[in-house]
Amino acid sequence: MASIWQYANPRKFIETTDRILPWVAGSSLVALVVGLVWGFFFTPDDYRQGSTVKIIYLHVPSALMAINGWIMMLVASLIWIVRRHHVSALAARAAAPVGATMTVIALVTGAIWGQPMWGTWWAWDPRLTSFLILFLFYLGYMALWAAIENDDTAADLTSVLCLVGSVFAVLSRYAVNFWNQGLHQGASLSLDKEENVADVFYHPLLLCIAGFVLLFIALLFLRTQTEIRARRMRALLARERLG
Amino acid sequence: MMPELGKYAEAVLSSYAVSIMLIVVLVVASVTRARRVKRELESVEKRGRENAEG
Repeated sequence: MASIWQYANPRKFIETTDRILPWVAGSSLVALVVGLVWGFFFTPDDYRQGSTVKIIYLHVPSALMAINGWIMMLVASLIWIVRRHHVSALAARAAAPVGATMTVIALVTGAIWGQPMWGTWWAWDPRLTSFLILFLFYLGYMALWAAIENDDTAADLTSVLCLVGSVFAVLSRYAVNFWNQGLHQGASLSLDKEENVADVFYHPLLLCIAGFVLLFIALLFLRTQTEIRARRMRALLARERLG
Repeated sequence: MMPELGKYAEAVLSSYAVSIMLIVVLVVASVTRARRVKRELESVEKRGRENAEG
């Protein structure tokens, strides 16, 4: 069986992801369109939340990807720290803008949903606050990559920042359970049938989550390829300048 | 065809509009940069080969 580390070779990574990318992107588009159309047009209103329940199809998947995007960056950063594979550091860099966008979508849809339900756009609730801090970590992470010219130094420092930020990624997920207070409800998805969202909302929601996961993977592949090429270009230009 | 959203229509529609717009901007920006960087790299590599051949 081929080792996973063969994909640490930039050429191999680009060749492989080039073949997979159209399928992942296509599947993402289908899952998102079917999931969102199903959820928006063909599900009933909630007896308490009315039609605002339709926001769940955007809010939950984007929040999930905001947290898991950071976790993916953490794994890639650890691989960089331990094994010094450039592709993993570049994959973490490539994922950051995608994760940051997911965090913005989760924050904005949460605020829009919160206004009619809680009577306020924002509250310093544990989950909302930890999510806002996670967003600031995303911004800091991207700024740090952009601020440092040497790629290896940037990868080292951003990896450390990623480790620190992981605390808030975990807090964003479990803040409601830790503090058991604030406005935000517990998890919408649960293995406990009583806790889980009703079936009529659950199936389109699963499809939307699949769509967001596939979108994240497709963008990750595309953006990592771009980062690999940009790094090679910087190296070639530096060699040119040296004559 | 349009579902009856009642008094929450503004909240629901604005959530969808903002989210879809952000996703489209992210996808378009990623694809545009990917194409530009790929083109630029090809041009730098071609120049390098020409210089090497003298």
